[in-house]
Amino acid sequence: MPGPAPDERMRPAGRRNSQGIRIDPEAEATHQPRQAVLSALVKHEPGVLSEVSSLFSRRQFNIESLTVGPTVDHDVARMTIVIEEPDPGVQQAKKQLEKLVPTISVEELEPEATRRELALIKVNGEKPDDVQAVADMYGGQAVDVTTDTVTVELTGSQQKIDAAVEAFQQFDVQEVCRTGTAALERGADTLETDD
Amino acid sequence: MSEGAPVQQEDETEAEEEATGDKPVETGAESVVRALENAGAEYVFGVQGGAIMPVYDALYDSDMNHVTMAHEQGASHAADAYGIVSGEPGVCFATSGPGATNLITGIADANMDSDPMIALTGQVPTNFVGNDAFQETDTVGISQPVTKHSYFADDSDTVGFDVSEAFALAEEGRQGPTLVDLPKDVTQGETDVQPGEPKAPDTYHPPEEADDANVQEAADALAAADRPVILAGGGVIKANASNALRDFAIDYEVPVMTTMPGIGSFPEDHELSLEWAGMHGTGYANMAITNTDCLLAIGTRFDDRLTGGVDSFAPDAEVIHVDIDPAEISKNIHADYPLIGDAKAVLRQLYDAMPAAPDCDEWREQCQTWKAEYPMEYETPDDEPLKPQYVVEKFSEVTPDDTIVTTGVGQHQMWASQFWTYREPRTWVSSHGLGTMGYGVPSAIGAKLAAPDQEVVCFDGDGSFLMTVQGLSVAVRENLDITYVVLNNEAVGMVRQWQDGFYEGRRMASEYPWIPEFDKLAEAFGAQGFRLEDYDDVEETIEAAREYDGPSVIDAIIDPAENVYPMVPSGGDNGLFALNEDHLDQL
Ligand SMILES: Cc1ncc(C[n+]2csc(CCOP(=O)(O)OP(=O)(O)O)c2C)c(N)n1
Ligand SMILES: [Mg+2]
Repeated sequence: MPGPAPDERMRPAGRRNSQGIRIDPEAEATHQPRQAVLSALVKHEPGVLSEVSSLFSRRQFNIESLTVGPTVDHDVARMTIVIEEPDPGVQQAKKQLEKLVPTISVEELEPEATRRELALIKVNGEKPDDVQAVADMYGGQAVDVTTDTVTVELTGSQQKIDAAVEAFQQFDVQEVCRTGTAALERGADTLETDD
Repeated sequence: MSEGAPVQQEDETEAEEEATGDKPVETGAESVVRALENAGAEYVFGVQGGAIMPVYDALYDSDMNHVTMAHEQGASHAADAYGIVSGEPGVCFATSGPGATNLITGIADANMDSDPMIALTGQVPTNFVGNDAFQETDTVGISQPVTKHSYFADDSDTVGFDVSEAFALAEEGRQGPTLVDLPKDVTQGETDVQPGEPKAPDTYHPPEEADDANVQEAADALAAADRPVILAGGGVIKANASNALRDFAIDYEVPVMTTMPGIGSFPEDHELSLEWAGMHGTGYANMAITNTDCLLAIGTRFDDRLTGGVDSFAPDAEVIHVDIDPAEISKNIHADYPLIGDAKAVLRQLYDAMPAAPDCDEWREQCQTWKAEYPMEYETPDDEPLKPQYVVEKFSEVTPDDTIVTTGVGQHQMWASQFWTYREPRTWVSSHGLGTMGYGVPSAIGAKLAAPDQEVVCFDGDGSFLMTVQGLSVAVRENLDITYVVLNNEAVGMVRQWQDGFYEGRRMASEYPWIPEFDKLAEAFGAQGFRLEDYDDVEETIEAAREYDGPSVIDAIIDPAENVYPMVPSGGDNGLFALNEDHLDQL
């Protein structure tokens, strides 16, 4: 007695979305991507940066920026990684990052965390006073002035830098160098440092 | 071994070997070897070469056994299989450059299947690194994405600790491969620092027990389920949790299916067993996984060959996911009840937390009905070529329950998993996640050395066998009693099956116009060769090959038209598995 053919078998009514979450097929609920800032303390040793960047690229996590720098402890570096992912992706990225052997701790920072980016913007120097005026508007300052160019230094949130770069377009932006976001939690919260 | 008898290697025996001799180490290479000895390693699979020579020289004075392989790929597969069967990291060595790159396939394979393994590779001296020196490759860079971690040893004083740490990391938590790259000046350099016992990195803290409150919620959900089922993955075997699984499932009467890597965690001849689910799993397992309302999944990463299309995977089920790796939770399938911990510990916790057995007589009957409706069947017309399923089944009938089966990759692998009855953990040794053709010959070598008292049978395909056939020379040299069975369809059959099913029968590069006679090839290597073509000769040939003391090869000429069913097409709905070509056409 062979069992029913495929189209005659009993079948459940439910469905899952592409993230493996059970859904009501009527009201399909997929998570939308959002921006998340992951802050990680890692061992300050050769190869760590390549290990982290290779992890993000092979698992196709969308990186917006990644910064690394030393901390007060010479053996520990801090990485700040801004990603754009739906919620399950943010959780995955955090857990995969935690799995790397040189990783000490990882947190996703609160949305209100202090976030700053530094930018150097080199523009045409024909109208230095006008350039200075725009720089003032964004709290920036000229750090290099020649007859041909003015280079302005700015810090602020990513949105503020975006807006400033836009504003400087009128002076014919010649080069921009942005550091990517550095961020710390507000208040007394810090990342775990004990291994 | 009868049912209920203690499962092998279940409880860790305290076999921590004393450090061999008290002679202090004097070089980096000696400390590498001492670190392996301290870790209890008995076998090393490898191939010599310039950059690794200092380490081999230190091995000269060691009690560890070195098995010289014919190809580094074989060294990594043998070490991988050794790790699967013994539960402890298999060790492989290779020189820099091509030696290291040849290891990579086996390392990647171990990584996909979470098999414990440590690879040690020679490297050019530190002051040449980065200059494109002779036989230099960026081994750490190449291997990092396919290991738990890769170490670059940069100091003779600490190289032994790197090896100890890599060994412990391979074994602890979610197992996997690690690698230590050893520049020649570091191994040649002097040191008087003695390496210690294996110790995992200080940033590594694998969880043990799951949170009690979560366990209670999960147990309540399972006890209240109408259609509960257990999905046992490879993690159950890796955690030595097979006995805990049996206790749980049998006492609470919950049907069990496994994933492919989980084969052997639960006896397939038990009434509650549905065997395994997925692309070529049984019809009954696929019906049960599709219709369950509560899935207790243990030690599985929900690979796409298991789930089919995610949209139709266990769509009515609340999922209880037990895993030691938090990153597997909700990676592919959302876990309603995540239980992060060691499979054995969590199964015991769940056992104690169950308020009652689920009330599901009807569901269990339904599972039995499915077993009757979709039996694993095939036809054996006398006037047609031999069916591969018959060969596998006959072998399974005459061999002891603890016989170890290893395979290549392709149709033969699926028949070996479908038509052999597995009853014990660590008796099924195969390449799952990576699907590596060529895994068969060397994996049988590693398996045999890990379990010299168990029979080892390797089912290989003609295509897979040709990829690593040179390993036969090793099996002969080491006089390993292995029975190789080439299920010879004169084709890369699995590809041919897909071409017939999904590419209108356009058989591009899948049929061999001419292939060697494997029985004669075996003889040339010094193994015993057999050719098998008729049903009448099957039992006799099996007996003769098993009796031969040393490696034997049966060239079994099988029906080239035979296909693997049931089949869930890639990304398909498990509940719609096809039993034949007509079904496939309907999908
Ligand atoms: C190293 C490698 N190359 C290619 C493939 C793709 N592939 C999967 S199965 C298969 C056919 C294997 O042929 P054979 O070993 O004769 O097994 P059969 O399917 O005929 O039993 C191929 C080519 C693979 N899995 N591994
Ligand atoms: Mg074949």
